[in-house]
Amino acid sequence: MSIILDKVNYTYSAGTAYEIQALKNINLKMEDGQFIGIIGHTGSGKSTLIQHLNGLMKATSGTIYYNGEDIYAEDYDLRQLRSKVGLVFQYPEHQLFETTIFDDVCYGPKNQGLTKEEAGLRAFEALKSVGLKEELYYQSPFDLSGGQKRRVAIAGVLAMRPEVLILDEPTAGLDPKGRDEILNLVSAMHKERKITIVLVSHSMEDVAQYVERIIVMNHGEMIFDDAPHEVFKHYKELEKIGLAAPQVTYLMHELSENGLPVDVNATTVSEAKDEILKALGRKVC
Amino acid sequence: MLKDITLGQYYPADSILHKLDPRVKLFGTMIYIISLFSFRGIPAFVLATIFLISIIRISKVPFSYMVKGLKSIVVLMIITGIFNLFLTQGEVLVQIWVFKITYEGIKNAVLMVVRLIYLIIGTSLMTLTTTPNQLTDGLEKALMPLEKIKLPVHEIAMMMSIALRFIPILVEETDKIMKAQMARGADFESGNIIKKAKAMIPLLVPLFVSAFRRANDLAMAMEARCYHGGHGRTKMKPLAYGVADRKAYVVLVVYFVLMLVLRFVWVRFVG
Repeated sequence: MSIILDKVNYTYSAGTAYEIQALKNINLKMEDGQFIGIIGHTGSGKSTLIQHLNGLMKATSGTIYYNGEDIYAEDYDLRQLRSKVGLVFQYPEHQLFETTIFDDVCYGPKNQGLTKEEAGLRAFEALKSVGLKEELYYQSPFDLSGGQKRRVAIAGVLAMRPEVLILDEPTAGLDPKGRDEILNLVSAMHKERKITIVLVSHSMEDVAQYVERIIVMNHGEMIFDDAPHEVFKHYKELEKIGLAAPQVTYLMHELSENGLPVDVNATTVSEAKDEILKALGRKVC
Repeated sequence: MLKDITLGQYYPADSILHKLDPRVKLFGTMIYIISLFSFRGIPAFVLATIFLISIIRISKVPFSYMVKGLKSIVVLMIITGIFNLFLTQGEVLVQIWVFKITYEGIKNAVLMVVRLIYLIIGTSLMTLTTTPNQLTDGLEKALMPLEKIKLPVHEIAMMMSIALRFIPILVEETDKIMKAQMARGADFESGNIIKKAKAMIPLLVPLFVSAFRRANDLAMAMEARCYHGGHGRTKMKPLAYGVADRKAYVVLVVYFVLMLVLRFVWVRFVG
């Protein structure tokens, strides 16, 4: 069970004055149950990449295999694929349309051909797992706050019980509290359901403490694909392409340059705290 | 998906035609259309062809772009051709049951189809070399005299440019909404008309909501910058005629006069 991309290329408006190559020779294997972060700044091709994973966009050349099957094969059911590879877009405003939140979340399961009762059950379960208060279920989705709308959008995809969940910039435009809530929610889902999660972001800070693997995109190319602390070792190169390693990485590097024996691979604040306390010879509390 | 649609279809290139004042191009298109539908005889037709070909060459826009515009009117051309072919009275060449093909019919059919092709290519040349904003600017300036009879020219031009500006935004938005709903298993293609119409609801509701929100935001932003209509408003890049524009006007007038003379001579001496 995995997603494999084999030499995938994608060109926008091929053959016109506006031609842009958005993906260049992407080779990738996403194993089952991984928590992956895709990072790159605006226009780096990260959104284009994830839309290939559920067949919304078709590669100009190259092949994508889902669980060993070629998704571009003539008899392959793309709608089936989309219910297995759930994609939550950046703006919940683009998908909310029903009169109540509950009905909106039912939309996905109903498209899968489930009965009203089954769809309702799925919706209830999904809304519960994104932590939305029950009294809101029958209100209009348009009256919610940004963070809550995003939860409903995630629930809308989750209700289809996907095997892979892709989130495109789920924290964009949220305040720090909303951001932490959404990321903790996603992380908890990964632990409980053991589904593959792909998190797209332009902020290393967001992604560093949650994911186990980071893919860095720049100008349509995949430049790094490794564990977070391995990727952050290249913090100078990351800066060159307009990204940055987490602030902790900078702190640890500076401390070690100035003679404090700390492990520069610490990526989160709590890891850093432990490292510094250890280096100072104090007991870790 | 939807990104492939060319709306406004401006083709960026570095040519004299691109740099001309939009008023010249508007006027030129008008002259060209009038000349197309008033010419008579082979010499005038040749002149119109030479005029069109030289403008295409000057524009530096690939010919395939103009042909694209023709595809949309193929049906119209066929219908026009057939009507002219069978319904023109005159010297009968072939007769099948009640359908007659006359010499005049063939002539008219060919002429009408050619005129339509020339019309579409000529007008798409204007939209290919002029950005929608330039076009509305040109229109505003050209229609300014009508302000005297209380026609809100500036407001009309502003509405036009806002509408044009919103087309690509809403197309992109539609694309995103379609994708977001397709990710939730929406199916926009299969089923009968009623099913298809129902499938549109998840697309239209977010689109309308977003269009209203955008309109609201834009109105607010315009208010915040003290927009109060056209009175006393100056332009950052005011339109002004240059040397090239004057030359273009001369070329246009010469072309038009030549066409009129050719028409007159043809009618007088050939029939």
